[in-house]
Amino acid sequence: MTTLLKIIKYQLHDLLRGKWFIIYTAVFFLLTDGLFRFGGDPGQVSLSLMNVVLFVIPLVSIVFGTMFFYNSREFMELLLSQPISRVALFLGLYLGLTLPLSAVYLIGVGVPFMYHAGIMTGSYWILLLVGVSLTWVFTALAFLVAVLSEQRVKGVGMTIVLWLFFAILYDGIILFILFALEEYPLEKLTLILSMFNPIDLGRILMLLQFDIAALMGYTGALFSRFYGDLLGSAVAVLALWTWCATPVWLGYRAFSRKDF
Amino acid sequence: MIRIKGLHKRFGRLEVLKELDANIQENKITAIVGHNGSGKTTLIKCLLGLDKYDSGEINIKDYQLNGDWNYRNQIGYMPQIARFPENLTATEVITMISDLRAGSTTQAQELISYFRLLDEMEKPLKILSGGTRQKVNAIVALMFDPDILILDEPTAGLDPVSSSLLKDKIHNEKAAGKTVIITSHIMSEIQELADTILYLLDGKIFFDGPVDELIAQTGEKNLERAIAKMMS
Repeated sequence: MTTLLKIIKYQLHDLLRGKWFIIYTAVFFLLTDGLFRFGGDPGQVSLSLMNVVLFVIPLVSIVFGTMFFYNSREFMELLLSQPISRVALFLGLYLGLTLPLSAVYLIGVGVPFMYHAGIMTGSYWILLLVGVSLTWVFTALAFLVAVLSEQRVKGVGMTIVLWLFFAILYDGIILFILFALEEYPLEKLTLILSMFNPIDLGRILMLLQFDIAALMGYTGALFSRFYGDLLGSAVAVLALWTWCATPVWLGYRAFSRKDF
Repeated sequence: MIRIKGLHKRFGRLEVLKELDANIQENKITAIVGHNGSGKTTLIKCLLGLDKYDSGEINIKDYQLNGDWNYRNQIGYMPQIARFPENLTATEVITMISDLRAGSTTQAQELISYFRLLDEMEKPLKILSGGTRQKVNAIVALMFDPDILILDEPTAGLDPVSSSLLKDKIHNEKAAGKTVIITSHIMSEIQELADTILYLLDGKIFFDGPVDELIAQTGEKNLERAIAKMMS
């Protein structure tokens, strides 16, 4: 087994015994189950869960990821004093956190869905895909911030500001730009701007799937019109995973030069 | 032999090591001493590759450090603070490190008995005391029978019995031909353990020689007073 897989294995051993993960799974499980019990059909439940997924997953991933990185500092020092490469350690820590976070989300949302709805609808798979993708993106951002910032309080503060920016402020900025430039054709600009926010990308992916893009937002309608559902989804997924790969790569570069 | 030549390390504006030259001899216990912030831990971390130095050269035996990590197979390191993944047990941590290092852990059981840790091995590390975790740390450093031992304040947090056990172990390692590098603020401990002293002052070596020579040079009765006289 390679060093990377060994690090992931022991991370899983450690994290899956923590209370955090049990609580995180229970919240998603109870929420999804509750929505079904209150009479929602799978489509409505997916739509209701969408807002939770778009706001809660990025927040939990970015805060938990940052805290995890800072708390692992001495342990990283110990592992790096062993004959282990920095790339294996960095990726091992990252995957060792994102895999269980993704797994508990998939279990928390997936099990009640299968239990209540039986047949999987397209919106269900997109809901799972977006939840997992946002987990990976925001954990990557958390690692990047934590590698770059030595101070824990500053690092956690920065990640919360990042979350606020993507979850709330970014849409306000887009609206302001659209309002200020209303005289000009803005379709392409809006499409490009939406690529720079992973939460917007997640939202677009879901809206395209629900086929209610035109009702739910300007960017969603544009994606649907310009790219068609399948191509639009593919572009959004690609952009979302670029949002994951870029901070992981930048984080590793900083990690490989970091003093411990 | 560990040869350090022109080692320079800065953190932002702060120059911690300034063109430092030193030789650490084989089969001896070398103590790195100096006041807080003198660069002791930075020097150790440069040897381990944990800190990236700006310029200079480090040779461990015939190998020149260049960013590769295989040389760390020869080193056992005991950091100042022992912190492990909190939900793992001591047994799991030892298994994990052995697994990652792909080395033999034949010594692990012997060390567990030696440090009287048998009853603590299956408990999650988060409920163990700092001293007990420090003993786990000592086992991790010693269990691969490495040629070089780097111990950063090894007895910090240990009770007198465990501290004595560890010091005896360090003596035994030296007798077995190991090279030991140690830092400590407890001068009586250094006097008891070390053959040679590297005294760091403002990022440079201020004194490099046998402990007895330092005491004789200053005319003091013990190491603590000799160091205090040198610093004043």
